[in-house]
Amino acid sequence: MRQEVVLALLAKEPSHGYELRARLREALGPLGEAMNAGQIYVTLTRLEKAGLLAVETSADGGDRPDRKVYALTADGQQRVAEWIAEVAWPRPDLAEFHLKLVAAASAGLADPLTVVDTQRRELLRRLHDAQRAAIAATAQEGAALLLEGVVLRLQADLRWLEACERHWTRRRSGS
Amino acid sequence: MAGGVRKTLDPSKEWIVSDTAGMPVLRARDLRKEYGRGEGRLFAVDGVDLDVAAGETVAVMGPSGCGKSTLLHLLGGLDRPSGGEVWLAGDRIDDLSERALARLRRTAIGFVFQSFHLMEELTAVENVELSALLAGRSPRTARRKAEELLERVGLADRARFLPSALSGGQRQRVAVARALINEPAVVLADEPTGNLDSAATLDVLRLFEDLHAAGQTLMIVTHDARIAATADRLMTMRDGVLVDETRLTGGTTGRLGALVGLED
Repeated sequence: MRQEVVLALLAKEPSHGYELRARLREALGPLGEAMNAGQIYVTLTRLEKAGLLAVETSADGGDRPDRKVYALTADGQQRVAEWIAEVAWPRPDLAEFHLKLVAAASAGLADPLTVVDTQRRELLRRLHDAQRAAIAATAQEGAALLLEGVVLRLQADLRWLEACERHWTRRRSGS
Repeated sequence: MAGGVRKTLDPSKEWIVSDTAGMPVLRARDLRKEYGRGEGRLFAVDGVDLDVAAGETVAVMGPSGCGKSTLLHLLGGLDRPSGGEVWLAGDRIDDLSERALARLRRTAIGFVFQSFHLMEELTAVENVELSALLAGRSPRTARRKAEELLERVGLADRARFLPSALSGGQRQRVAVARALINEPAVVLADEPTGNLDSAATLDVLRLFEDLHAAGQTLMIVTHDARIAATADRLMTMRDGVLVDETRLTGGTTGRLGALVGLED
């Protein structure tokens, strides 16, 4: 998982590691069960070293990792904002995009529908080009077949974006 | 009067100001359509500004119920707006009389609908020529033009078939030929691939690409990403408002290799 996912979960408020894990589990459901508990602490340590987050230790806690409270630094906030605006295709990581919408909405970083629109623009531009190329390549069967694969994958991703749009529209209208 | 969309919207989005040198073929200003009164009042189209330049293909996408079909009907004079203006080829059309509007719909606008709207008792060529006859062309001219157009959409050998003997894709191509027969300033298409399977969709896609290459001005409302992706410019509509706009041309060519794992 991208480090930025963990970082973005802190955008709403400083949190304990176990709170971050709970948020990830809630956002990912059964898919989140595959994550091991240590992974998130390794990532947090790395992000701390990179200066993207700072650690506050709770009064009662001592030095145990689950007593630390993590907060974004200014650099960390900057990195999260960049990540939200970034369009990751041709290798769409579905979980990453899903968590981006969750983080954007919960921390009020961006309107999830705007993030969906941005992604859709990119995919439609590629579909536009892939279809033109497919029509131009009609005479070359092999090339046309490969382009058909591209078109079908783009269509699948676009349909999923429609589902994301419906979900976040419902959430926004508060029902 | 730069075109595009309302300027009050989110500046982070890619608003495009049309720099059309000439006059836009189709223009809407603060276009509105409301249904009902008082508390139950519903805004199907809620203040749309739009310019479509000559030779441009514009697509409007949005979830069902967002108002995109209503918008198309207002632009094509099939429905009257509650407010705002519609201009076609430099003339205001929203305030025309019923009679003038009906004439305009027959001659200056070509319509393509999801369910084809062909006359079942007429053959393909008769369906196509009917619009020309209604517009006052001679039977000979109408027939000749209809046959030319059926040839152009790849159905010369189906001219004498009834719609019931044609596949969905073929019927839609007949409907496109009919839409073109009076050389309309603009073709308006409402979910043109909505009732078609994947192969037939590809035929219609190719046909629209051909029309575009021939300089036909086209506006498509759809939720089919494939037909939307043929456009030069794409708008997203939600709750009666255009909320996003983007240019699809000139973006990623050369980066297609990345989609098949040939490059990073």
